[in-house]
Amino acid sequence: MSILTYIAGWPLLAALALIVVPRNYRVIIRAIAVLATLISAVLAVKMFAQFVPGANGFQFEQQIPWVESLGISYHVGVDGLNVGLILMGAIVAFAAALCSWEIQTREKEFYILLLVMTGGILGAFASLDLFFFYFLHELALVPTFIMIGVWGRGEKKNYATFQITLYLSIGALIALIGLIALYLQSGANTFDIPKIIEHAKTNPLAVNAQNFIFPLLLFGFGILVSLWPFHSWAPLGYGVAPSPTAMLHAGVLKKFGLYGLIRIALPLLPQAAQSWAHVIAWLCVGNILYVGWVAMRQRDLNLLIGNSSVAHMGFIFLGIASLNLIGVTGAVLIMIAHGFLAALTFALSGYIYKQTGTLQISELGGLCRKLPFIGTVLLMAAMAGCGLPGFANFVGEATVFFGAWKMFPAVTIIALWGALVIGGIYMTRAIRNVLHGPLPEKWNSLSDANLWRKLPYALLLASLLVFGFLPKLLTEKINPDAQKIVAMVTGNVIAASETSAPAVNFVAQNK
Amino acid sequence: MLEVSVIGLGLVLMLADLFVPAERRRFIGYAAIVALGVLLVTSLSGNGSCGQFGTAFGGMFVNDALSLFFKQLFIVAAILVLFMAAEFSDKLAAGSVSEYYSLILFALAGMLFAASSNDFTMLFVSIELITITFYILVSFQRSKLQSLEAGVKYLILGALSSSFMVFGIALIWGTTGELNFTKLAAVAPQFEISRIFLLGVLLVLVGLGFKIAAFPFQIWAPDVYQGAPTPTTAFLAVGSKAAGFVLLLRVLFTAVPSVTAHWANLLIVISAITILYGNLCAIPQRNLKRLLGYSSIAHAGYLLLGVAALSASGQSALMYYLAGYVFTVMAGFFVITLVMRHLATEDISGLAGLNQRSPLLAATLTIAMVSLAGIPPLAGFFGKFLLLKAVIEAGQTTGNHGYYCLAFTALAGVIISLYYYFGVIRAIYWSKEPTDLSPITLSSPAKFSICVCIAGIFWLGLFPNTVLNLANQAAAVFVK
Repeated sequence: MSILTYIAGWPLLAALALIVVPRNYRVIIRAIAVLATLISAVLAVKMFAQFVPGANGFQFEQQIPWVESLGISYHVGVDGLNVGLILMGAIVAFAAALCSWEIQTREKEFYILLLVMTGGILGAFASLDLFFFYFLHELALVPTFIMIGVWGRGEKKNYATFQITLYLSIGALIALIGLIALYLQSGANTFDIPKIIEHAKTNPLAVNAQNFIFPLLLFGFGILVSLWPFHSWAPLGYGVAPSPTAMLHAGVLKKFGLYGLIRIALPLLPQAAQSWAHVIAWLCVGNILYVGWVAMRQRDLNLLIGNSSVAHMGFIFLGIASLNLIGVTGAVLIMIAHGFLAALTFALSGYIYKQTGTLQISELGGLCRKLPFIGTVLLMAAMAGCGLPGFANFVGEATVFFGAWKMFPAVTIIALWGALVIGGIYMTRAIRNVLHGPLPEKWNSLSDANLWRKLPYALLLASLLVFGFLPKLLTEKINPDAQKIVAMVTGNVIAASETSAPAVNFVAQNK
Repeated sequence: MLEVSVIGLGLVLMLADLFVPAERRRFIGYAAIVALGVLLVTSLSGNGSCGQFGTAFGGMFVNDALSLFFKQLFIVAAILVLFMAAEFSDKLAAGSVSEYYSLILFALAGMLFAASSNDFTMLFVSIELITITFYILVSFQRSKLQSLEAGVKYLILGALSSSFMVFGIALIWGTTGELNFTKLAAVAPQFEISRIFLLGVLLVLVGLGFKIAAFPFQIWAPDVYQGAPTPTTAFLAVGSKAAGFVLLLRVLFTAVPSVTAHWANLLIVISAITILYGNLCAIPQRNLKRLLGYSSIAHAGYLLLGVAALSASGQSALMYYLAGYVFTVMAGFFVITLVMRHLATEDISGLAGLNQRSPLLAATLTIAMVSLAGIPPLAGFFGKFLLLKAVIEAGQTTGNHGYYCLAFTALAGVIISLYYYFGVIRAIYWSKEPTDLSPITLSSPAKFSICVCIAGIFWLGLFPNTVLNLANQAAAVFVK
């Protein structure tokens, strides 16, 4: 059994176990959930440490045939592209389970759904089989809707649940059609991703078929990742979601679509990817500029964070659209960094909401005095969000800009502007209004997080800093495999390897 | 022979009615279940007459992988319906339950004949055996107005569709002089230009379209589903529909394959409209059985995807979907039977607080709804996946863009259906003020059959291999 099976399997097993635990054993239910995610996280760290960068093929592989007649098998394995994502997912899941103390009604159901979601996401990232890739994502997606619908907050709960369910179901199903079409068109008669890619090397897909399938995957996955103009579900959905759900969805599950584009769409549909790259680049201007501007106008802290998280997706799309080694490496870096960051910010806003009962920025103020720890972490998260060096986001964003400059100088300038100026404005303004200034009388009774509750925030912040100061941990793993992907897209291996050097050097200089 | 044993069993039950006192007649049903179980096991092990493939009665009756697949499906469905009828017996007129049991068995015999029919005469006889038995089953609650109304509606529309079908058969026979499917397939290409022959085929399809409740012959379904006794509704939704589909497959792909090849667009349009009609009309429904009636129309549309694909993978996807559908729908109706038997209404609000009254029933209904909506890891997801795959495959091999439109229509249907299926789940767990919180006691046979349904739904969703291989073998019947 591969370690990956255990990483995804423990949360699912724990979910099954919770079904038989009586609902009034609250402490036991909570302990089982936290323990299961902790085991996953520890195993993920172990796997990350044992991973050999640049080794040929996949590591920690396991394959069990499932439906022979269709060529579906349970096949898991990691390479540089998903090893960091699985680590990030497992750590965020552990933090989300720790943050779930804010849920105080129907805990049993909540933890079951949380664990199913965790197992589904980690399994989807580990999966090397198209069918399971989709299947496990769907398994993680459905609990999201239920959690928002039941444990969501605010008056717009029903509307937001309805919207997010509709958007994400449509996105997932469009992607499903694309994946099935890809399976049929590849002619390899298997759902095994490495085998399909191997098959495609000798029998590339016809260009008109590529041009038909690529938009299905792009927009299907794009809706899941809140690509502009299909993003409107995200800020509202995260605004009402209970914070563990928002952490897991915005942090981890949302990266599924991006990972799918890099893992499946780019290597199998290279010509179409090249002709669609410009479209992606200009759409991500919508994310960065338009949604960033929308974020500036928000009066609600959660909506601001939600919009800024949508804006960050633009950088990842830009990295993917640049179709070169630096860009793709940067995209994977931001995916990981943003996962920690989104989880951290939603966890913090969840804490503030739990304490004050509101997230209206105008009603808050001076909170840093009463909540020194939470306030400080929020400040650092905001700095990470505007791309301050020292945090993992900076490494990713800078790498993406370097990669994108060659392909889309105009878009890169706009994106830089969006990242540095717009991001800076709304983040610092939110910090000033929430943490500084006079403390309204009614918030005198607030209390800061105790040691136990500090743990998830500290964990996520530490991860951001570790990968911010030691990006080599990730880049040395991502680089060789990103290169394979890029080589398949451009069909030019040498050009890709030449450009790889500056990215790593640049990152090294900034340590 | 399987059919003879089933009819014999039905007659024995009617006789037993005379000797068993009224209050113990409910247990006759368990005897029938055991007997059917024996038949199922022998048919599965391949030792019985079912295992020997071949034809009988001058080619009218055929035993092949396809008929075997459907026969097993029908027997499983009948066993579950008998369990349900035993739970329902106190709502039927005193002592009449054994009559009800034997009618179920006669309908089952009709379905078994349908699975094996290879001739238009046989097709008509089996359809009539099913339909006429169902006229009685639908109006079985003689004291209930709704049940009678449903019976009359079903009778009128059923008789109408039967007459269309007979007319169609007559036209086919008149032009070609053949009634046997295999012989007809040989001569059909000569008659493709004959309008009368084509009209005949079309009229037969009208009759079958009525059975499966496909647009535009779906009008009866919601009314009849709502009015009929719940076990009847369940059997109608599963058995009668599956019988319609096996006959549809035989007619389209054995009898007139050359004609079918030109009718892809017709099938695509019918399938798309059926999906949209069923799903859209289900949205405002408050009566649970009526909602399932509309949802069964939608599912007829999904199943037609497999027919419209005109390929072996489409046919096997259809059969796989039907297998999942049996367990899912049975689970749903089982819960309705148990929860609603003491209530005057069948309104969705009657489900309020079900998770406190009986966690098992609440979980069962939730699983059934989630599977109908097509969410992993349940049977409905894998079935829909196979159907979609077959349709897209057909689009790629034939280059007909209608197939892509059909796939997107099916997706739209799935998304619409999420709304009302989740509405049911919400009513179970999150209604505002549950009025009745008395616990529901379950008899052990009821628990057993519910667990069988749940196990079936998960088994088909997680381990599709066995059934999919059977379905593939069954679909291979058409490749000649």
